[in-house]
Amino acid sequence: MDDMTKVVLEYVKAEYLEDEDEDLGVNTPLISGGIVDSFSMVSLKRFLENKYKISIPDDKATPEAFDSVNKIVALVREYVK
Amino acid sequence: MSFSNTVRSTYQQQIKDLQDAGLFKQERFIHSAQSPDIDVEYPVGAATKKVINMCANNYLGLSSHPDVIKAAHEGLETRGYGMSSVRFICGTQDIHRELEDKVTAFLGTEATILFPSCMDANAGVFEAILNKDDVMISDRLVHASIIDGIRLCSAEHDTFKHSNMEHLEEKLQLHAGKRRKVVITDGVFSMDGDTAKLDEMVALCEKYDAMLFVDESHSSGFIGKTGRGTHEKCGVMGKIDIITTTFGKALGGASGGCVSGRRELVEMCRQKARPYLFSNTIAPVVVSGVLKVLEILSATTERRDKLEANTAYWRKGLEEAGFVLKKGDTPIVPVMLFNAKLSQDVSRDLFAEGIYAIGFFFPVVPQGQARIRTQISAAHERHHLDKALDAFKKVGCKYNILGKTKDEIIEMYGM
Repeated sequence: MDDMTKVVLEYVKAEYLEDEDEDLGVNTPLISGGIVDSFSMVSLKRFLENKYKISIPDDKATPEAFDSVNKIVALVREYVK
Repeated sequence: MSFSNTVRSTYQQQIKDLQDAGLFKQERFIHSAQSPDIDVEYPVGAATKKVINMCANNYLGLSSHPDVIKAAHEGLETRGYGMSSVRFICGTQDIHRELEDKVTAFLGTEATILFPSCMDANAGVFEAILNKDDVMISDRLVHASIIDGIRLCSAEHDTFKHSNMEHLEEKLQLHAGKRRKVVITDGVFSMDGDTAKLDEMVALCEKYDAMLFVDESHSSGFIGKTGRGTHEKCGVMGKIDIITTTFGKALGGASGGCVSGRRELVEMCRQKARPYLFSNTIAPVVVSGVLKVLEILSATTERRDKLEANTAYWRKGLEEAGFVLKKGDTPIVPVMLFNAKLSQDVSRDLFAEGIYAIGFFFPVVPQGQARIRTQISAAHERHHLDKALDAFKKVGCKYNILGKTKDEIIEMYGM
């Protein structure tokens, strides 16, 4: 697992898992699986933008694009120079 | 023709998709006044069936109280049916002002403004008092109407884990640089029936110079020793900056809502809140009914005391029967079934037994947390609760879930 995937995975776990015994992997469906509601995606987008000094256009920050750690990482890579 | 067959068919497909996904909401027609005993036509066209209502927000049993009905009649006679105007043109009567003053006294706030509904109060309040330099930090389980209000406001938005004070404090630190911060929560959460930690939240808001917003729709009238709400229960009366609540639940159950709190914030709503400015206010007949409700509740705590006793009896009965419940002490008592289909099946079988209680599942509640949400009323008598308990036990036995843990139920039925 590369560094960016690790960072995003750890953030998502800390920010969104309610139960300590819950777990999730890089392909766990986050939004369609009900772990992250689309409303709470805002803080995730802000975290990614601050962490990687990027700006993700709102029309790219869709529930589909944020639906797993792997998809999020793929999205972020599009904007990281 | 703009509504072509092609357009129509796309909507038909969307409706079919909802039906196929089990998300289509089917209304039940009630042929009687709201009360513990109602006559329900379900499915549509079936003969009406007398059932015990275990899912109304009629917490204090005032929806059909004779004194409230009489007061509403008098209001209709003396103040008419409608106002045909928004408040600031010619839609404000003396009784609107009287109700605002009475609500202020009841909730222990500085001022109050009426809205057509609490949905409208929540939709309008944030935009009226905040702008893009500010931040709203909301509990993740707040009501949908608050989410709509947040969406309509230009202030930044963030969330904290449900009732998690450490996470809230992190967020308050994260947004320390914002001009104004508002922490947003429900007083009692409608799906789980748990109570916000308002004493801790007040302390955090004072520490980080944030305002506190509480939606008291599922609390006003019965939570706290004299029923003033969650702020009374938590010992923080007078310390909540913005309270919204509804007259559509415990407080008579008709319609209408309000924003109550700091005088200047209420005045900003009067000047700028769009659902207030561009919609008629509460009809005189309803205002008259709510005034009577507040009079009844200010004179005696008898009804909220009975509700408390009923709730304890109901919760104990379900626990002893072996159901898995969400912990809490409010009249919202969720019976956890975890699986969506199981919640629908149990609800259907309860109806056959004469008990009306609805199953809730994703996306109304989180995935894997399907449940029957029962709601207790002061109008329930012991015979209602005993009959409902018998029905729950019978149906629970049929599905072999009595005495089973969460994991065992999930193992049998899946999530």
